[in-house]
Amino acid sequence: MHPALSALFGSTLALAGLILSSQAMAQEKRIIVYNAQHESLAKEWATAFTAETGIGVTLRSGADSEFSNQIVAEGKASPADVFLTENSPAMTQVEQAGLFAPVDADTLALVEDQYRPSGGHWIGIAARSTVFAYNKTKLTEDQLPKSLLDLAGPQWKGRWGASPSGPDFQAIVSALLQLKGEAVTSDWLKAMKTNFKAYRGNNTVLKAVNSGEIDGGIIYHYYWFGDRARTGENSSDVELHYFRNGDPGAFVSISGGGVLASSKHPQESQAFLKWIVGKGGQKVLREGTSYEYTVGRGEPSNAALVSLEDLQAPKIDPQTLNSRKVTDLMTDAGLM
Amino acid sequence: MRTLTDGTLIAGPAAARPAAASLRFSWIGFAALLVTLLTLVPLAFILWVTVQTGWQTAISLIFRPRVGELLVNTLLLELLAVPACAVLSVALGWLTERSDLAGARLWSWLCVAPLAVPAFIHSYAWVTIVPGLNGLGAGVLVSVLAYFPFLYLPVSAALRRLDPALEDAAAALGHGPWSVFFRVVLPQLRLALCGGALLVGLHLLAEYGLFVFVRFDTFTTAIVDQFQSTFNGPAANMLAGVLITCCFALLALEMLARGDERYARVGSGAARHPAKAKLGRAALPSLLMLAVVTALSLGVPFYTIARWLWAGGLQVWRMDEIGAALGHTTVLALGGALLATLAAIPMAWLSIRAPGRLQRMLEGCNYMVGSLPGVVVALALVTLTVRYLLPLYQTLATILVAYMLMFLPRAIISLRASIAQAPPELEQAAMNLGRRPFNALWSTTIRLSAPGAAAGMALVALGILNELTATQMLAPSGTRTLALAFWAYSGEIDYAAAAPYALIMVAASLPLTWLLYVQSKKMAGQ
Repeated sequence: MHPALSALFGSTLALAGLILSSQAMAQEKRIIVYNAQHESLAKEWATAFTAETGIGVTLRSGADSEFSNQIVAEGKASPADVFLTENSPAMTQVEQAGLFAPVDADTLALVEDQYRPSGGHWIGIAARSTVFAYNKTKLTEDQLPKSLLDLAGPQWKGRWGASPSGPDFQAIVSALLQLKGEAVTSDWLKAMKTNFKAYRGNNTVLKAVNSGEIDGGIIYHYYWFGDRARTGENSSDVELHYFRNGDPGAFVSISGGGVLASSKHPQESQAFLKWIVGKGGQKVLREGTSYEYTVGRGEPSNAALVSLEDLQAPKIDPQTLNSRKVTDLMTDAGLM
Repeated sequence: MRTLTDGTLIAGPAAARPAAASLRFSWIGFAALLVTLLTLVPLAFILWVTVQTGWQTAISLIFRPRVGELLVNTLLLELLAVPACAVLSVALGWLTERSDLAGARLWSWLCVAPLAVPAFIHSYAWVTIVPGLNGLGAGVLVSVLAYFPFLYLPVSAALRRLDPALEDAAAALGHGPWSVFFRVVLPQLRLALCGGALLVGLHLLAEYGLFVFVRFDTFTTAIVDQFQSTFNGPAANMLAGVLITCCFALLALEMLARGDERYARVGSGAARHPAKAKLGRAALPSLLMLAVVTALSLGVPFYTIARWLWAGGLQVWRMDEIGAALGHTTVLALGGALLATLAAIPMAWLSIRAPGRLQRMLEGCNYMVGSLPGVVVALALVTLTVRYLLPLYQTLATILVAYMLMFLPRAIISLRASIAQAPPELEQAAMNLGRRPFNALWSTTIRLSAPGAAAGMALVALGILNELTATQMLAPSGTRTLALAFWAYSGEIDYAAAAPYALIMVAASLPLTWLLYVQSKKMAGQ
């Protein structure tokens, strides 16, 4: 055989062998996490957990509904042990398919009641608040929308943005759906289609608000805090407006975590979940760079944040949020 | 089998052993058929899903305003970007090949080099420099800069090969230089232009990262959105069906435009090298134009990467992460390249040694499926493995098969060129000397076509290095290629942390691009 070709053959086989054998060796005490949370946060959690317990964590990155639908499609054969999301509708979907194992009782006890569903098949791991991020050179406080629904008005045409393909925005829509019903939601989405500018990712919306491309955008609070903590490059001209008064725009979304009933490492998986909502994991939220709210009992959030109680969020049982209906309505409205 | 054996059986000893010969042909024919059936799986699957979805739902998902919007976006993109690439490539090709431009060799390399920069890194660079860049204009600008070399390569090669006798004849008949160009030179570029335009057009349909950065929605970006919101929902599959239709429309269009005229010279002798046109007063503006194109297509990405590397300092070089990503990318690229090349052997061999109607049909299928965007292939394989072939789901095997399907045409084309140069008599002689058919083939033709196989592997590896969507959707958990890592960081607007990955991807692509360039020179006999 040609020497170059045989070198290629040889090195490929050697490398493939190396990878396969290293994966096989690491197979013991290693859990697979379908992770829709921010990769940087999940990595921080996983690294600290592995250092403490010796249990390895393999992260697969994706989006909330991508994974919930994927887990449902995989059924009992799912390779996933643990599922972490940014928002709760995807958790509910997996729960309704009966694919979660009950969360250990002592883990449930670690989290405040309002941040977990009553069924106990998954648990809140962090929380995040909807905000209207606006450019302070373009909008004064009295010009701000009073309600999320105001953004459907013609006066907002072409002036605001959002990231409709992301799970964050879809969770906000699910809250709207729960609070105001299908007709209002559908009309709002159709008005949004003509009014808003589409971005991919909340960071990108923030960046566009900062540069003045749009006056404001619907995002979650921590993108702004995160950017301010780094260089402020994408948020120097941006301020946050909290809708409050139980408005759909004051929705606080709960990130969820759950262990799959089909997990081959149930103990290790439960341990991981317990670690995240316990001291170690919540400390990462408080002191790390994620700026998401803590949900653990007696675990205060980062002091820089507006406290959860002050947000006057609408009361919604996370169990009632429906992701499939939302993607259908958004597809109908031409947003996807 | 008759058609397959035509033209390969030579008289004499071979005819005395028809059993062995037909065994060999059927074996290779069978292998080619098998590979072809495999390539048809994604296509058949999307069709099957459409039928399964039910016509009512399918129609409501296909005939809706959003699909109309995406169709308009896609059409405008193709109508603006492809002709722009063609005009630019002809102008640059003529300047570098047919004029006395200073430093023509260097310029011609600089016109190919943008291929070493993955398309999504082009737009990452542009968005850094012009943050508000978005929409159709931005999509067209960046796609032209990222993809024009696909047209420049064949056009400049064709220009190099042109027989100047035709131009002389036209000039002698009283045509001025412009008239000669449009009436004699341009028509002879038709094949190169059609082929290159098809390649660019298909890339535009398949591209994902480039358009996400500049916020321009196409079918591919919309399919990924749907996938991330519903995994393998009917809406995503219907969009994939429309995208496939677009690909086939392009293929048909190219076939029509190509025509079946003859372009070779008649009679014996070789064409002499054409004289270089004197640019005269146009020399300076010509140089300026090349400088501007180079600055936009190479300067912008390199400047941006350097800027972010500088801003990020040493801490963005997280060597453990980068090392792992490099390792994963290498394994996938080599594995995929090897598989695609092996799978290409039967088809490439048949197309040279046993051309016929069946072979042409099989080969056509391979090319057709190779033109499908990765996102369609990935969507089909995800759904298929999760529903019916669960042991293969999220395995190395599945992602390698996806790469093989996507990049098979690259391997076939390269292999075919070098099999054509290996004398068939050697195979025959080896058999006559008692080698078994497979052994005879292996020890002669396949060994001799190693350079073509290596070039094909390099081309496939280049494709895998830059691949984003299929890897995201299919790779085993924990896989992190350079492209995936770059994408994750740039998604969080951490452009500095993404920069090392951009640099490594460009650095790894440069030698492969150089190979392409040298290959194109060789083909033209220089």
